[in-house]
Amino acid sequence: MAKIKGTVVIDTEECKGCGLCIGACPQHVLELSNDVNNKGYHFSFMKNPDKCIGCSNCATVCPDACISVYRLKL
Amino acid sequence: MDTNKLTQEDIIRQGEQVYKRPKLLLDNTMHYCPGCSHGVVHRLVAEVIEELGIQDKTVGVCPVGCSVFAYNYIDIDWQEASHGRAPAVATGISRTNPDKFVFTYQGDGDLASIGAAEIMHACNRGENIAVIFINNAIYGMTGGQMAPTTLLGQVTATTPKGRDVERNGYPLKITELIAQLPGTSYVTRQSVETSANVRKCKTAIKKAFKNALAKKGTSFVEVVSTCNSGWKMNPVKSNKWMEENMFPFYPVGDLKDGDKADPALYSKKN
Amino acid sequence: MGELKLMKGNEAIAEAAIRCGCDGYFGYPITPQSEVMETLMARAPWDKTGMVVLQAESEVAAINMLYGGGGSGKKVMTSSSSPGVSLMSEGISYIAGAEIPCVIVNVQRGGPGLGTIQPSQADYFQATKGGGNGDYNLLVLAPNSVQEMSDFVGLSFELAFKYRNPVMILSDGAIGQMMEKVTLSDYKPRLTNEEIEKKYGDWATIGKKKNRSRNILTSLELNSEQMEENNIRFQAKYRKMEEEEVRYEEYMCDDADYILVAFGSCARICMKSIEMARAKGIKLGLLRPITLFPFPKKPIAKLCNRVKGFMTVEMNAGQMIEDVKLSVYESGIFKPVEYYGRMGGIIPSPEEVVNTLEKKLIGGK
Repeated sequence: MAKIKGTVVIDTEECKGCGLCIGACPQHVLELSNDVNNKGYHFSFMKNPDKCIGCSNCATVCPDACISVYRLKL
Repeated sequence: MDTNKLTQEDIIRQGEQVYKRPKLLLDNTMHYCPGCSHGVVHRLVAEVIEELGIQDKTVGVCPVGCSVFAYNYIDIDWQEASHGRAPAVATGISRTNPDKFVFTYQGDGDLASIGAAEIMHACNRGENIAVIFINNAIYGMTGGQMAPTTLLGQVTATTPKGRDVERNGYPLKITELIAQLPGTSYVTRQSVETSANVRKCKTAIKKAFKNALAKKGTSFVEVVSTCNSGWKMNPVKSNKWMEENMFPFYPVGDLKDGDKADPALYSKKN
Repeated sequence: MGELKLMKGNEAIAEAAIRCGCDGYFGYPITPQSEVMETLMARAPWDKTGMVVLQAESEVAAINMLYGGGGSGKKVMTSSSSPGVSLMSEGISYIAGAEIPCVIVNVQRGGPGLGTIQPSQADYFQATKGGGNGDYNLLVLAPNSVQEMSDFVGLSFELAFKYRNPVMILSDGAIGQMMEKVTLSDYKPRLTNEEIEKKYGDWATIGKKKNRSRNILTSLELNSEQMEENNIRFQAKYRKMEEEEVRYEEYMCDDADYILVAFGSCARICMKSIEMARAKGIKLGLLRPITLFPFPKKPIAKLCNRVKGFMTVEMNAGQMIEDVKLSVYESGIFKPVEYYGRMGGIIPSPEEVVNTLEKKLIGGK
């Protein structure tokens, strides 16, 4: 069975820390960071990157279109 | 290859990009509150216009409301309408430019309050346009006042003790009214709080836009949305409140999916 | 030589619209101008030229349809009467603020409010000083005959597109309803998008092409500095109109001691008053403004050098008199300015005009 590895690139300066991507991720990859960006928002980041399967749920629910998703079939 | 040793760069380099920001979504930061449904719907509109390849024949009409600056976010020609009048403005563009695709993007005050006459009549005439209706049951831009679609008991800036039917009347199910108008071909209610619903909403928007291009009368897509600033909850809680309170009253799904009424049959029936 | 026909002023507006290559008419019935849309519907120009004719659900909707159509570079117009024009005021302000060309015909009736259906000129202030919010001006043309009702439609579109500004034809119920001979203009074809772009520029919203950035038509500007810049640009437009677009007519002013200033129906009445006055030995002339904005200040100022006084004749409580007084003031030479008018839809008689002139300007002054 092909294994899928995914990863996301988040534009952390555009992220408004709304938290919707966190809940949308079925793999619990994302969390809000303790750091803040230039606008003062706690941006989303990959806490558990190895679990990512590139399903795009996070990017799909993001209101600011700041997530890019990549998927590699192995 | 030891899959555990793959870095993010490896995946990006060797894999395929399965999601990226649509080109038609301009680089300007959207002014919407964190978590606002407007952002998602704008993105879907940009994606659909891009996928249909109609940027060079599309004119959008934006409302007065939080999305008054929609013209800063999607790379198409835009006209800013006065409050509630977008369907009339769209009629003026569409009728004098029948080869172009025209859509309106409106909120609940714009469409269901001051603009009630304009939307009813555009739909009754069956203008070949698409209407996107963002229903978050509140007036966001002006500070969270009651909207026609505000639920009974819902607290807003002008219903501090909750909407009371004696003082403020009932929440207006405008989409149900629109669905009865013979000039409409597709009337649907969608939402964007889960990725599954976002995908369904995109399909609905695409259908609505294609209908207009095929001159099938008016297509109407309501998006039941959140307003976490107006509702005074965080985005995640807002989604939950919407699921628990808005969906039972404004159920997601198609109200009509067909064609404009046949004028011969329509007269006979009535 | 064009077609010569006998028709009502309102019908002439409709005919002229079709013939000047108008792309769309969006209107709403209201007395005394409903014949404009009725004529258009009967003529069915959509079969011949593709012109859109649509009865909107209200005047509010109609003016916003003009915003849309005009914003896409098309020649669009509407017609209404006083209370309907009040409803359009917001839309007109937005159209001026977004710099969209269009033509609005106001066939005035007595007011205020729902008023009466008989003619008046009581929307002079609304047309020339505002009506909608903010600093803006309409270019206002005042026809006094069915011929001018016909001629001014094409002219209004030219001016609207020259300045990217709404233009108003300020008529009244008498001219709208009366029948006269009119020489209709030849048919001009509607322009294609390419011709519009070539002639007027590529500001219209017709779909973003690769060779330009997106066009946005809006009257909204939250940045005050930029909003002031916008207003300065608008004001420059209006100053240019004042320099280049003043239109007026002088009748028997060369040897006149007294000048009547009147527009529209009142100007017609004044012609008779002049005949009656001259028979009595009073040297009376008429200055008829054709553009109410820009107002013919300079011709009035020039007359101040030799005449003894002015009297406006208007179907209102005294509106244009203020512009005449301003014109006299700007001449630096004091001359008395009086007014005679009727309200409520009543049309003054030529005798009343002469009597009032004698009483107010000549006798004892």
